[in-house]
Amino acid sequence: MMGSIDPILLIASLMVASTPILLAAIGELVTEKAGVLNLGVEGMMIVGAIAGFAMAVETGSPLMGFLGAALAGAALSLIFAFLTQVLLSNQVATGLALTLFGIGFSALIGQGYTGVRPPPTPKMDFGPLSDIPVIGPMLLRHDPMVYVSILIIAAVWAFLKFTRAGLVLRAVGESHDAAHALGYKVVRLRVLAIAFGGACAGLGGAYLSLVRVPQWTEGMTAGAGWIALAIVVFASWRPWRVLAGAYLFGGVTVLQLNLQAAGVAIPVQYLSMAPYLITILVLVLISADRRRAAQNAPASLGRVFHASS
Amino acid sequence: MQRRTLLKSSAAALVAVSLAGPALAQDPLKVGFIYVGPIGDLGWSYQHDQGRLAIEEEFGDKIETVYLESVPEGADAERALTQMAMQGADLIFTTSFGYMDPTINVAAKFPDVKFEHATGYKRADNVATYNARFYEGRAVMGTIAGHMTKSNKIGYIGSFPIPEVIQGINATFIHAQKVNPDVEISVVWAYTWFDPAKEADAAKALIEQGVDVILAHTDSTAPLAEAAKTEGVIGFGQASDMLDFAPSPRVSSIIDDWSPYYIKRVQEALDGTWTSTDTWGGIGEGEVVIGEITDAVPAEVKAEAEALAAAIGDKSYHPFTGPLNKQDGSAWLAEGEVADDGTLAGMNFYVEGIKGDIPQ
Repeated sequence: MMGSIDPILLIASLMVASTPILLAAIGELVTEKAGVLNLGVEGMMIVGAIAGFAMAVETGSPLMGFLGAALAGAALSLIFAFLTQVLLSNQVATGLALTLFGIGFSALIGQGYTGVRPPPTPKMDFGPLSDIPVIGPMLLRHDPMVYVSILIIAAVWAFLKFTRAGLVLRAVGESHDAAHALGYKVVRLRVLAIAFGGACAGLGGAYLSLVRVPQWTEGMTAGAGWIALAIVVFASWRPWRVLAGAYLFGGVTVLQLNLQAAGVAIPVQYLSMAPYLITILVLVLISADRRRAAQNAPASLGRVFHASS
Repeated sequence: MQRRTLLKSSAAALVAVSLAGPALAQDPLKVGFIYVGPIGDLGWSYQHDQGRLAIEEEFGDKIETVYLESVPEGADAERALTQMAMQGADLIFTTSFGYMDPTINVAAKFPDVKFEHATGYKRADNVATYNARFYEGRAVMGTIAGHMTKSNKIGYIGSFPIPEVIQGINATFIHAQKVNPDVEISVVWAYTWFDPAKEADAAKALIEQGVDVILAHTDSTAPLAEAAKTEGVIGFGQASDMLDFAPSPRVSSIIDDWSPYYIKRVQEALDGTWTSTDTWGGIGEGEVVIGEITDAVPAEVKAEAEALAAAIGDKSYHPFTGPLNKQDGSAWLAEGEVADDGTLAGMNFYVEGIKGDIPQ
């Protein structure tokens, strides 16, 4: 044993490690709530990572970087929206293609940015609050994006639960035909939801390249987008559970690395497997109870909508 | 984990096929490369690709090169290799340990195609193996690390618990301990060759444990980027020079230079003298190069490290020279005895003084 793990530092680094997948997952949740399955999260994340990185390096401002990343992610998702909502292509295939395209495209535009250091993202200044024992170093010494990501969760939750627009969005995801018959603009709403998902995925990617690593490397998302997709299922399409799921997935990774660094003998393979096992377990549980499953998964998820049908 | 590799693999293989070099000239020798990461990793795969560019430069129209990047180790590698062989590659370099069985399997199906597998130990009539003695470089890094650490804790990010990585950990520790008897090493296994976020997290976990020298045996520059965040923490370039992080945190580096080997083997293939061989070159052969030691390191430490590298290069010193005990205290090498290559190639134990177990 070399030492023990400081739980305060552990939770602080867990929050940082989880933020990229948290952002991507909450975006995908909104997309899926509208009845669209976009498997291109990985592609949108990595395009966000390079777009945000390039923007931050060129302007010298991390804020501009995150803005650029959100725009780039949304722009890429609009290609998906055009193909699936206007040309009615298969969502699974189109989403996969979007990931392939994103990985290749980001490598192309990233050529000149390998080895460049981005401008540092400043920490939030909470003044004396940051010095509160335990809570200060654990929760109040992060960069702004950590708090933004939690705010987005809260906003999505409130939007889906309390607003009329949120209700319409859910209606579109549950039964697009019924929503259409009621006069709601199914395609327009879905395009907006897809763009929101893209913007969030872009932010998640930029968080990787600007804060967490921070540098640009080809293929640097290394599967984070797929984990985000798993988290949405794990969370059974509920915003606060997305937060819990992302912190669990991120937390297990950080925890096992910390345990190793601290010299605790644990079989790391089991810890690495844990989140996936839990996801499978959750899937089994929600599908075992049909009534509850119907409540959670949007009924029209992944189905093609055409106004004539 | 499996699911995403599966999806990613089909993805990578589909998009990454790339033809390079002049396509004409009468029947050029087609040389293929399979990389485990993107060539833009600025580490392991980047260096292999530098080797590919070097043979293009050397042989011009006489050869044509093809490469596939980000090919996952395991079953999908077999498909990628088969595809490359069917597209007419004459000589294929498979550049990661995990391609060992796929290479052997595909080679059996294509007896006329020559294969070269990096860092493995299985050979056939048309499969050669090659590796570099990275541990020689690690001995030099260990010396610098032992001198430079103030907390007496050095951290090592391992990829997978395979002999190649364990050699590096042992060589680092032996030489750090030689110059600093109080030094301790903590090892974190990342179970990946390339995942910048995870590599950065691993470095962070080590730094939070008080480590102030980070060595990595993974492929990206992320551990250095993480080290750069904390004042007083240093690290080393791995596989590639990683000069972007000099003079600090990157104080030196181990550079894999595959060009001499690739040029030699392609020449032999062109001449028809190619045979299945096992090559293991180090500092002396120019396959392992010590990157410039920066001014962040005191001059006398720099001189000592350079002298050690020179001694290893001219073979007057071997990094694994007795007396050395295994971790459990049992004798391994007697006074003056030198480890044989067979033991090193299968190394699955820590030397005495390293705490923790190697995951099985």
